[in-house]
Amino acid sequence: MNNKTKKILHSSEFYVGVIIVLFCLLIQMRSGQFFTGNNLVDIIRSFSIPVMFCVGELMVLISGGVDCSFPAIASLSMFVVCKYMENVTTSPLPFFLVAALIGLVFGILNGVIIGKYRFPALIVTLGTSSICWGVMQGVFQSREYPLCPTLLAVGKAKLLTATNAETGLSSDLPMITVFMVLLLLLGWFILNKTMLGRGIYAIGGDIIAAKRAGFNVFGTTVFIYAFSGMMAGIIGVFRACMLQAVHPNNLEGLEMTAIAACVLGGVSITGGKGTVLQACLGMLLLTIVSNSLILLGISTHWQNVVTGLIIIAGTAATAIQNQRNAKKLAVKLTES
Amino acid sequence: MNKVLNKDKNLTRILAVFLVCFVLFSITQGKSFLSVSSFQSMGKLFPEFGLLSIGMALALLTGGIDLSVVYVANLCSIMAALTIKAMTPEGDAGIGAILAGILVALIVGMICGSLNGLLISAVGIPAMLATLGTQSLYNGLGVVASKGSSVTGSKPLSSFVSMKVAGIPMAAIIFVLCAVVMIFIISKTTLGYKIKMMGTNMKASAFSGFNNVKLTVLNYMMIGLLSAVAGIIMLGRYSSAKADNGSSYTMQAIMIAVMGGIDPAGGKGNIQGVCVAVLIIQMVSTWLSMYQSISDFYKQIIWGALLLVVLLLNFYINKREVAKAAKK
Repeated sequence: MNNKTKKILHSSEFYVGVIIVLFCLLIQMRSGQFFTGNNLVDIIRSFSIPVMFCVGELMVLISGGVDCSFPAIASLSMFVVCKYMENVTTSPLPFFLVAALIGLVFGILNGVIIGKYRFPALIVTLGTSSICWGVMQGVFQSREYPLCPTLLAVGKAKLLTATNAETGLSSDLPMITVFMVLLLLLGWFILNKTMLGRGIYAIGGDIIAAKRAGFNVFGTTVFIYAFSGMMAGIIGVFRACMLQAVHPNNLEGLEMTAIAACVLGGVSITGGKGTVLQACLGMLLLTIVSNSLILLGISTHWQNVVTGLIIIAGTAATAIQNQRNAKKLAVKLTES
Repeated sequence: MNKVLNKDKNLTRILAVFLVCFVLFSITQGKSFLSVSSFQSMGKLFPEFGLLSIGMALALLTGGIDLSVVYVANLCSIMAALTIKAMTPEGDAGIGAILAGILVALIVGMICGSLNGLLISAVGIPAMLATLGTQSLYNGLGVVASKGSSVTGSKPLSSFVSMKVAGIPMAAIIFVLCAVVMIFIISKTTLGYKIKMMGTNMKASAFSGFNNVKLTVLNYMMIGLLSAVAGIIMLGRYSSAKADNGSSYTMQAIMIAVMGGIDPAGGKGNIQGVCVAVLIIQMVSTWLSMYQSISDFYKQIIWGALLLVVLLLNFYINKREVAKAAKK
């Protein structure tokens, strides 16, 4: 076996991919409904919003931090934009710009506090997240709100419609998935092709070494959280478009899903390791599982149990592998 | 007294904050704040999140975190409610059924906590991820056990929890008992000492001959037990159990623990500070709710801002102390 195939066989992407394929085949065998056009489109639909959040979260995780505030930032910018800009403009672009700006402000706040003081990112972002929810619910008195026609048009624009010949159910593939692909490519480009991306990996690997090597640690940290916040703002508006209504509390809890997806795919929570592909595969696995329990004939009550077990099993596998590697290394050192 | 205050500067600081808040609130809302009923209602409210905060503080002391506390509490209260319901088909729970319910809750809490501890120490999953997974798992189990709705029907338990002894609500008494036990364990026993040492440096504690796995499991088991007691109090107060009660308590518990002087990096802090922080938070919350115009949601802004301010304050105070020590 040559080195390249060996490397592929040992990568976490490969394992997650195999698990996804096996799982899909299992669902197909049990229900016969998995590989139908509308089911696949449905999966892409519910996959698209969470995976976009994963891009920002991925960068934060690679740098050795964690961001729990993006659902709050996204919800706040979504609600403010959708409620107060209704009659201001008829072009969708300003909505996204303002949402991005609101997100950017909170992202920079996160980034500056974490970059300057090196507090645990989890605790800082929990704090800003609480502030965002409070501002949305207290100051802006959020509630369910109808979406303005401009954004409704964005949500209704579709690439194609898939209809299941057997059941007659049909699903639309929204235009928003194009943005999803663009964002994933942007994430891949920043992480792999720019000096900034190298800096993110370097900080996650060893912050002191990164500093010595000449990376601007503070600036990079601020960029990571600012990027995550800005994207959260934009994605929040997309979420509203997709649901075709403004549900302010709809995103609550998504931070845990995004973190879990990244880690399941093989992104290291301690930083330094991870790719966009891994985050995508992790999210795909979680989406397929939560979307397909009904096809498998399992009550939706079990959804959280299954998600929890998958997270535990996935993280346990990585942890055990790490322990084994550490032992291997220790033996080598003593032998020589 | 002076000696005690000098020894624990953090406790001194937080006690000062407590006094300032108390005086400020007494001046601004004297009539309603300084009444027996206001203190009694505070005494009913703070034990739930107070116990969860002590649990969170234990997790932070070892350098970990426990995101599952609230869901352990809910799962425990659901199991207790189901036990009480199953043992009393005619609907009027006897003392035996209630004791059985409490026992079941404590056992469930212990098992959940131990599972967290095992996943973190024996398997080696980072605490945040392990408890993230179990958070979803326990929440899910709660949903499955309660079939997604709330489990009602444990009236005698509610009357026990809301009972007053010499004017003090039972829930507050339970909290004080648990707090005293935890303060004793953390500051006076070798177990507490070992837990703090492990939080300071995992490797050093392993090389000193401590059994890190056993210590972590014990620590998270205690957190599970505290969550179970919180769950019982919650069941008593709402007189029904649900899988997603009090989900905002996770954030609040972390904030209170950090405010109480626990270093989130592990090893530093004590439970006394956390207990005072619990009282401060409850006072602020009660004081704010005396102003009709301030919506409850503003509390979230204040909690978040307070967390960041406390972090910054501790950072600068530590920095000054380090500089002082270097001068000497």
